[in-house]
Amino acid sequence: MDDNLVIKGIEFKSRLWVGTGKYKDFEETARAIEASGADVVTVAVRRTNIFDRKSENLLDFIDPKKYKILPNTAGCYCMEDALRYARLARETGVSDLIKLEVIGDEKTLFPDTCATLKATEILAKEGFIVLPYINDDPVMALRLVEAGAAAVMPLAAPIGSGLGIRNPYNIKIILEQAKVPVVVDAGVGTASDVAVAMELGCDAVLLNTAIAGAKDPIAMARAMKYGVMAGRLAYKAGRMPKKLYATASSPIEGML
Amino acid sequence: MRLKLNGTITEIQDNLTVEGLLGNLRIEPGRVAVEVNLNIVKKCDFGSRELKDGDEVEIVNFVGGG
Repeated sequence: MDDNLVIKGIEFKSRLWVGTGKYKDFEETARAIEASGADVVTVAVRRTNIFDRKSENLLDFIDPKKYKILPNTAGCYCMEDALRYARLARETGVSDLIKLEVIGDEKTLFPDTCATLKATEILAKEGFIVLPYINDDPVMALRLVEAGAAAVMPLAAPIGSGLGIRNPYNIKIILEQAKVPVVVDAGVGTASDVAVAMELGCDAVLLNTAIAGAKDPIAMARAMKYGVMAGRLAYKAGRMPKKLYATASSPIEGML
Repeated sequence: MRLKLNGTITEIQDNLTVEGLLGNLRIEPGRVAVEVNLNIVKKCDFGSRELKDGDEVEIVNFVGGG
């Protein structure tokens, strides 16, 4: 059955989105992404190495014809920088998508809420498909949607922490209220975290370190693929209600 | 002439366009975005945008990130 995610007319075949940072080399990056089954990959915008032209290009390993490239504004601590990086990213001609990150604090990498909101408004008006990284804040999610966000991407836990979903109830409220897709972005650690996000009803999960930081990244990429699929299927199946006391599975009738 | 190229003062030949600079550096134009003095140069303008002494040029591309 067709269960593809659609954002602003773009159809996504996978509900697992993956980053390309922290891998040993581009070859391992490519193998992990292939194993994850993801069709969206995030990338960062950085200065080209102009003095060593032998250095390889990421896009030689991640074919933009095969994957949807989602550039980020990682490392930006003010709105102006985030706008600059977003515009440069689009100018490469690969994608109108932007994973908007405006970081507010170096230690937690939590987003700067006010700057993220302003940048979303400006970039959406410029025709970007803006996917902002935010805290698990339902009110902020609503404001971002009003500002033109195509989806909202609340964190599960701090970036790279692997703590899993710290506040599933806030994620649930965001899911209930936001009229756009909700992608859990950052902080998941293993396949069960991803499954929980999908069981809550999230539209997709975006992760990087959980795969790149695993002992065997390729095996973890496969685990994540199945975690997303299991969680999504369970959500669609509709779980049984939770009860405090037991209910026997075998009938009383016919007992000796 | 001298450019500030990706943060480094660099001596290059005079009368060079953005396209010429990328050619000299053996950089594939399709994979990068270019900014001159904080203004983005559109790909279609690479061939006509002339550089002058003292320009600050940034050439960026995609790298691994989350």
